[in-house]
Amino acid sequence: MKKRMIPLLTLAALSATPAMADKDFDATLTNLTHSLYFTPLLVTAHDDSTYLFKSGMAASANLQAMAEGGDIAGLSMDLAAVNADIVENPAAGLLAPGASTTASFTPMKENEQLSIVGMMLPTNDGFVGLNSLDIPEKKGTYTYYLNAYDAGTEANNEIINGGGMPGVLGIPADPSGMSGVNGTGVVDNEHNMTVHIHRGAVGDMDAMGGSSDLNSGVHRWLNPVAKLVITVK
Amino acid sequence: MNIGMKIAVALSCVALLQGCHHDDDDDDQPLSLMDFSVMTTNLTNNQPLSPLALALHGESELLNVGMSASKGLEHMAEGGDNTLLLEEFVLNERVDTTASGTGLIMPGDYETLMLTTSLSDVHLSLSSMLVNSNDGFVAVDGAALNELKVGESLTLYAPVYDAGTEANSESMATIPGPAAGGEGYNSERDDRDFVSIHPGILTETSGLVDSVLNSGHRFDNPAAKVVVTRLQ
Repeated sequence: MKKRMIPLLTLAALSATPAMADKDFDATLTNLTHSLYFTPLLVTAHDDSTYLFKSGMAASANLQAMAEGGDIAGLSMDLAAVNADIVENPAAGLLAPGASTTASFTPMKENEQLSIVGMMLPTNDGFVGLNSLDIPEKKGTYTYYLNAYDAGTEANNEIINGGGMPGVLGIPADPSGMSGVNGTGVVDNEHNMTVHIHRGAVGDMDAMGGSSDLNSGVHRWLNPVAKLVITVK
Repeated sequence: MNIGMKIAVALSCVALLQGCHHDDDDDDQPLSLMDFSVMTTNLTNNQPLSPLALALHGESELLNVGMSASKGLEHMAEGGDNTLLLEEFVLNERVDTTASGTGLIMPGDYETLMLTTSLSDVHLSLSSMLVNSNDGFVAVDGAALNELKVGESLTLYAPVYDAGTEANSESMATIPGPAAGGEGYNSERDDRDFVSIHPGILTETSGLVDSVLNSGHRFDNPAAKVVVTRLQ
């Protein structure tokens, strides 16, 4: 009996060993916008049955919290539950226009896809997004360009009132300090209530009123809004 | 193949230039030449493109995206003059070869330029001013051409960058293109001083009361199509 147990124990020990690490890689993200900031980014390697968002599908409550208020805690818990490799907030705060940050990974073998999200400020529910990119396997440097998405969960009224909680209409803040006040609101509803490509900010040049608190000469952008360089080691 | 023979084969490649075949495992030989054609089409509505500045180079980017623009990039982006930018390319040890466009590329028009390189790890950079803007330029920044086999093409779509060296006033005095006839390059840097993606043209209807531009000068990305074909 004793003799037979030893190999069984060895087998059990082997199967309890964490999956072998896949290729190490770095993911470097550059904010390509002229004047928009990214809130703390969530960068993750995950398996092919996991996703943070899909265009054309309604946002999850946790994606909504990220897109409207920059809160990545909920999405991060979702990812931890499926054994994703997670790097939270690699820039240690806001990623300013023109700035870069790097997340380094030694991913688990099954985590072969990369996703990235981070709210864009000042927007109502705009975020920079990458959904389930197949991580290259061959050693080398790979460049990708990322677009701005609209979570479809909040009307783009362009009013800066501190509203960052999910369901609270308004923009939490403008880190650029170039916004106005007393806007009357650009729109009060959203036609596409699924995640979609952001149509961009409207803004105006009236710092003390107008329809928007955003400045059309500062807070507009065109895609792409970020550059991603993956370096497979 | 011994080293002496490799050199002999490589030298004959140089002498003949064309029709020289080599084994796949000889790809690292510095003297095996590759010929590329680069066809650039202007996809904008009313933004003539200034004479192109092209370079073939090693890894990876050349255009300082996210960083302060070089003097040569500032000259090209504000005034459409690629002379200093091409000089900077030549002085850059990562750059193997350059080419200059012959003139403006009008909306809907295209220009094809040829380049030859001995690099094995080859990247393309391309830039050209949107002349009816303050400092907007369309660019490809270090696209890898390594995977292209002879006869194959790669199609790239190029976005518009903002050099960050001149405020986007859109005023008549500051835009050199036919929409305004104003100043091109000046040494002052009165914008964010880093290269970003261009936020777009505003015009007077967006509240920029001094703008000389109209809705026809607006653009979206991509602003140019670049077809790279490996000929040899």
